[in-house]
Parts: sequence; structure tokens; C-alpha cells
Amino acid sequence: MAEAEYPNDLLYHPEHDWARIDSENPDVAVLGITWFAQDALGEVVFFEAPAPGTIIHKDEPYAEVESVKAVSDVVAPLSGEIVEVNEKLADGPDAINEDPYGEGWLVKVRMSDPSEREALLDADAYSATLGA
Amino acid sequence: MRRTPLYDCHVAAGAKLVDFAGWEMPVQYPDGVRAEHMAVRERCGIFDVSHMGEIETFGLQAEALLQRLLSNDVSKIPVGGAQYSVLCNEQGGVIDDLFTYRLEPDRYLTVTNASNHARDLEWFRSHAGDFEAELHDRIDDYAMLAVQGPLAREIVQAISDTPLPARMTAATRRLCGAQVLVCATGYSGEDGVELLVDPADAPALWDDLVHRGALPCGLAARDTLRLEACFHLYGNDLSLERNPIEAGLGWCCREDTDFIGAEAIGAARAALSSAAASVSADPVLSPAGLPAQRLVAFEIDGPGIARQGNPIVGGGTVTSGTLSPSLGVGIGMAYVPPEHAALGTVLEIDVRGKIRPATVMRKPLYRKDG
Repeated sequence: MAEAEYPNDLLYHPEHDWARIDSENPDVAVLGITWFAQDALGEVVFFEAPAPGTIIHKDEPYAEVESVKAVSDVVAPLSGEIVEVNEKLADGPDAINEDPYGEGWLVKVRMSDPSEREALLDADAYSATLGA
Repeated sequence: MRRTPLYDCHVAAGAKLVDFAGWEMPVQYPDGVRAEHMAVRERCGIFDVSHMGEIETFGLQAEALLQRLLSNDVSKIPVGGAQYSVLCNEQGGVIDDLFTYRLEPDRYLTVTNASNHARDLEWFRSHAGDFEAELHDRIDDYAMLAVQGPLAREIVQAISDTPLPARMTAATRRLCGAQVLVCATGYSGEDGVELLVDPADAPALWDDLVHRGALPCGLAARDTLRLEACFHLYGNDLSLERNPIEAGLGWCCREDTDFIGAEAIGAARAALSSAAASVSADPVLSPAGLPAQRLVAFEIDGPGIARQGNPIVGGGTVTSGTLSPSLGVGIGMAYVPPEHAALGTVLEIDVRGKIRPATVMRKPLYRKDG
């Protein structure tokens, strides 16, 4: 997507990650990187996530995304166990650029401490950190 | 930060600008690095490389001075010719890598890397005392546009008053009314030209070439293109710590011309050629006093992308690494111990804690005709 967009139904981490918590499955969060992050990286050419079962910790890097030019850590917005990895990204990491909130999701996590979400930002607060 | 005369063109085109060696340069345009890269491989791209510097050497002993400074045989450059060489210190460490054009019998123009220009100029001046030659800093007198790709010549030819110079030569032409030094050289692995032009004439020339089909390309694509072609990047693959023999640039070093560093480089050449046969007790040393290594090109065997600074198991370091847009795999160059430099050797690269196997490949990694 060409224009900056920060959907209202997501929670944001200041390190440019988002989390989507589904009301039907409230202990699992879908994680990804924001429009700002993918725009700063440029075309993503490689993403490799830890295997399902891996425990990740809020505010700590859990994976890497690479553009042609650089590699960047992906920071966990929430703690928990990875239950699913977006396998389609192995062959088509450009989905992270084209649809960062949809087809470009990275992993699904079973949250170990759902209260951590209280510390995340809403779309307006996150947009404000970008200073634009 | 310094800006080139084409700054407004880049902003208008929506370029992402970054600091490069103190210059505010376009790293990519909205189409992105892959589109830019493939445009150069398949059609034509245009790069602003006005941050590169130029040193003019003029006078009766201009050739003698350059012969002392530059590693290649400067006497072999015909008027209108171009030559690649390295500039070395006494230890054989590389100060810069350079293209020199012989514009007139006693007038040469040497193109420097932006990050090294001031140091090069100082080096030239500090060795010029004994020669009847004048040195002029021409960095502010030229903008430089690189037009590269299979259609590059055709596009530039269409606005030139007379036929363009042949590959590896340079000549003055009028392009759209502007006086331009057309150099049939490049850094992309494709045919093309580099245009040295008065800064005042550069924006109109840029706009015209873009209008005729040259796609603006940024430094990111310039890097992926040069790495596929295995052209060295100073600061990555060349440094004061490595001599040109280690870097695989022995072909542009002519020790019989007695350039500065010739003795050290001659010794390294002799020792490294015999070191291939025996891993002896007496290791050859680099200018930094470390065991000599060899710069190899590699392709990653599976997923992953090695980057500058990644160590190699058993010794060595990646100096350049990226994803090759043409080949679709991670590629790069690395200094490795001589016994790991043979084609087909499998290197284990430590990419941020993950071991990625890679194979030493023949240079260049990308060849124009497959």
C-alpha cells in the first residue's frame, strides 16, 4: 500500500509492530509490522520466524525482516508462545510491503500475559509517535 | 550535508534521500530498488553520481606523476582512453580505487570516491612536489550522471551531435546543446556511459534522459548491480588493511612502473601465488600485518542474506552482502584464508548467529550474456 495507514482495530508497539486480538479467540494475537516500518525498510526480501512453540518476550526481538539493503529486528509487542507462522512469506515476503496488516502478518502468538496489551498504543497514539 | 545539482530533480521524483559520505543522495525512488535494478539489466537506468570527485592532472610530467601514484601502467592510456587503477600507500594498502581518463596528451582526469576525495587530493598534492605537473580539484566543476543498461547508448546517442565514444574511451560531445565529457565506462555490469557535465547543465540533461526512458535509480540499486558484477566498493571490499592482490586486483597493478606500494604488492603477489600450494609456517601478511586473505565472491546455498561484517567459520569476513535481484539468492564478497578461496569451496557464514552455507563462485556472479 502506498499511503500511510494505521487501522483503528489494532494495538501498536512503539517499535513499529502491531497486534490484532480477535474477540472470538481472545488469548491469541496476530503480530506484524506497521506501514511505517515496511516503508522505512523498503522492499522486504526475506523473513524467517522462529518455529511454532518458541516463547517470545514483550519488547524483545523475536525475528528479523530484511530488505535488499538492510536487516531489521522485529520486536515482540506481547509475550507468549508462537502457535503459527505465516508460511506464505517464505516465498512471498513482499506481502509485508503490499499488505502489512493483512496477507503480510508474521506470526500468531498465544499470550502468556494478556494484561500486557494495556501498555500498547492505539492508532492515534502510535501515529503521534511518528511525528507526522 | 552537501547536495548535488540534481537535488531538486530527486525531490520532485519522490526519492528517499540519505546521507552518503556527507552528501544527501537518493537511495531509491518510488518504484523501488528491484524495479530500478531490473531496469538497468533489461533497459536503461540513470544515476546521479555527482558526489564523486574529480582531480585534474596537467603538465609536462602529468604522466610521470600519475605513474608514480597509480598502480596501473598510465603510459598505456591513449589520448581519449580510460583506465582503472588503485592508489596505494607504501605498505600496499588501498587508499582508493579510481578511473583515470586521458583527455589530452598532458591532461588527465581522475574520478575519486566521494568519501575519499579529500584524502586522495591530499595524497596527490603531497607527492607532486618533484614533478612538473599541476593538480586541480574539479569536484565542484562537474556533475556526473551514469546512464547504464542495454538501451543506454541508444538513448544518449539520440541527443548527441556525433557518435558516442567506444567502450573504455572518453570524448567531448554536445548533448542537447550542453558540452559533456562522455565516458564509456560504468559500475553496473552493463553497457552504458558516464556523463561529466557543468553542474548548471545537469538538471536539463537529467530530465531529458528520463523523458527518453532512462529510469532514475538510487544508490541501493547501484550497490546491488555492482555486487552482482563483482565490482569492488571502497570501504567494504577495499581498505588500507588489504592490498590489491588480496582484493583480486593484481590485474591493474604493474609493479614495473614503480608506483608507490609496488614493492609491497610485488612481494604479496609472489607470496600469495606460492601460498596456494602450501599453507606454510610463514604466512604472508596484509598491509595491516594480518595473515593475507583473498577476496572471493559467494552465493548463499539456501535462504538468508549475509551482510558486511558477518564472520566466516574458520576465518574470514563478509565485506559486501545483499540479495541479488537478478539471481534471487543472497550474494556477496568476503575475505577468506587462501585455502578457502578455491571455486566451489563451501563457506559457513555466521549470519547473526545462524550458520548459512555459501559456495565460492566465479566472478562476476552476474554475466551480461548469461
